[in-house]
Amino acid sequence: MTAQYDSMPVTDGEAQAIEAAAAEWFGRRHFWNWTQDEEAALDAWLNQSLAHKVAYWRLAAAWQRTDRLKAIPHAVAQRSSPVVERRSPRLLRLGLVAAALIVMATSVGTYLSFGDNTKLYSTGIGESRTINLADGSRVELNTDTVLETDLTPYARNITLEKGEAYFQVRHDASHPFVVKVAGHRITDLGTKFTIRRDGDRIQVVLVEGKARLETAPSDGIARAATLSPGEIANAAPGTLSIRKPAPAKISNILAWRSGVLVFDDKTLGQAAAEFNRYNRIKLVIDDPSVARTQVAGKFPTDGVDRFADVVRHVFGLRVRTERDTMVITR
Amino acid sequence: MTVPDLATWFGREVLPLEAVLTQFLSRNWRNESDIVDLRQEVYVRICEMAQKEFPHPVRPLLFSIARNLLIDRIRKTNVVPIEAVADLDALGIAIEPLTPDRTVAAREEIRRLQDAMDRLPPRCREVVTLARLEGLSGKEIAARMNISEATASYHLNHGVRLLANMLYGEPTDHRRQK
Repeated sequence: MTAQYDSMPVTDGEAQAIEAAAAEWFGRRHFWNWTQDEEAALDAWLNQSLAHKVAYWRLAAAWQRTDRLKAIPHAVAQRSSPVVERRSPRLLRLGLVAAALIVMATSVGTYLSFGDNTKLYSTGIGESRTINLADGSRVELNTDTVLETDLTPYARNITLEKGEAYFQVRHDASHPFVVKVAGHRITDLGTKFTIRRDGDRIQVVLVEGKARLETAPSDGIARAATLSPGEIANAAPGTLSIRKPAPAKISNILAWRSGVLVFDDKTLGQAAAEFNRYNRIKLVIDDPSVARTQVAGKFPTDGVDRFADVVRHVFGLRVRTERDTMVITR
Repeated sequence: MTVPDLATWFGREVLPLEAVLTQFLSRNWRNESDIVDLRQEVYVRICEMAQKEFPHPVRPLLFSIARNLLIDRIRKTNVVPIEAVADLDALGIAIEPLTPDRTVAAREEIRRLQDAMDRLPPRCREVVTLARLEGLSGKEIAARMNISEATASYHLNHGVRLLANMLYGEPTDHRRQK
């Protein structure tokens, strides 16, 4: 049994548009009355760009290939067996959800006693906070973070509205622990991980165990992957990249948990942006050539003054304090 | 031996590599919706070169064009981290051929063509079959099937595109080979 094939890539990029136009020309030429004027128009279209030609040749070559089927005229007709209707992924997913709900309905128990359904936790700039959830999981909130928890009898739903958090999840397969952030979903499979949100982009660092990340879709396409320890995933809608850096890099990223910022291969501009997440006094670097300077070092998250000293003495730059900002210049 | 024209050369030398190329691009580029655009750009670049002189062999050139294109794109985008460039180098080995022998046995080719026809959506398959096997024109197909000419035209154009995607874009299914 073969599944039916009707998938064009979802987006209509430039190449897709050209391919559609090429198909239009090819169809008219081969299956309908064709005049010399039309032949001239086709030539003109083909000569407009190599991209037009390539798309047309590709379709023509495919059609030419199927010519061989004529040698066995009845083969195709005979094989026109009952067609397997392919269920849409959405329907399939609904089916799975329904099945899951039935299973869960039979195992409602301990989680009913929570009684603390939706709760909102937040930290201000420079603050951090550890939350012990009723299911035994722990969440550490970094600076300027908002997190909502919704522990239901069926699932543990967490939403990271903004900021960054470190999760130590008590694994319980029958009550999935799902973090939603900017349309992306991270499902715990027994895990310690951290999530940081910047607009619609997130970074997930997996410390222990396993977690599944599904990105928010873009043009109907989402990406998903199961993360292993030591991996860093960067996601934006429809895009996902995963890398496994040296272990030291991971501990640097997690250093905020002990109130420290570690810069290994950062620019001054990136370091300033990091400090600005934790401090009311904002560092400002307008000169791009200054912002590109490489820095390395370790600072307390509230150590803007110390950072300013280093900038002054090590890099020989000027630091001017104006009310709530520190401006770094040459 | 006559010098082939660009279209013939493209069909004979480049299109058979489409499945491997598509796989290479998908593996090294996270955003699936860009793949068709990237593939077309690779085709355009190699045809530009072939206009001056037909390259030989084609495969290494095709993949180095693809690689350079991805690196160009990575430099221009902020979403993909710089580390991806290193990954790309590591994945350079992905260009190993999927089908070691270039001449696919005739029987295998027929099976593949049939399989592609079978997988067309039912209406589309009917229309395409009439055009391909009975050689009917669009007008005749519309009359035979009692559908509008616009509908017949839609199915024909759609069918040709789907066939091209199946015949070139997909890797040969080795599991079903004997």
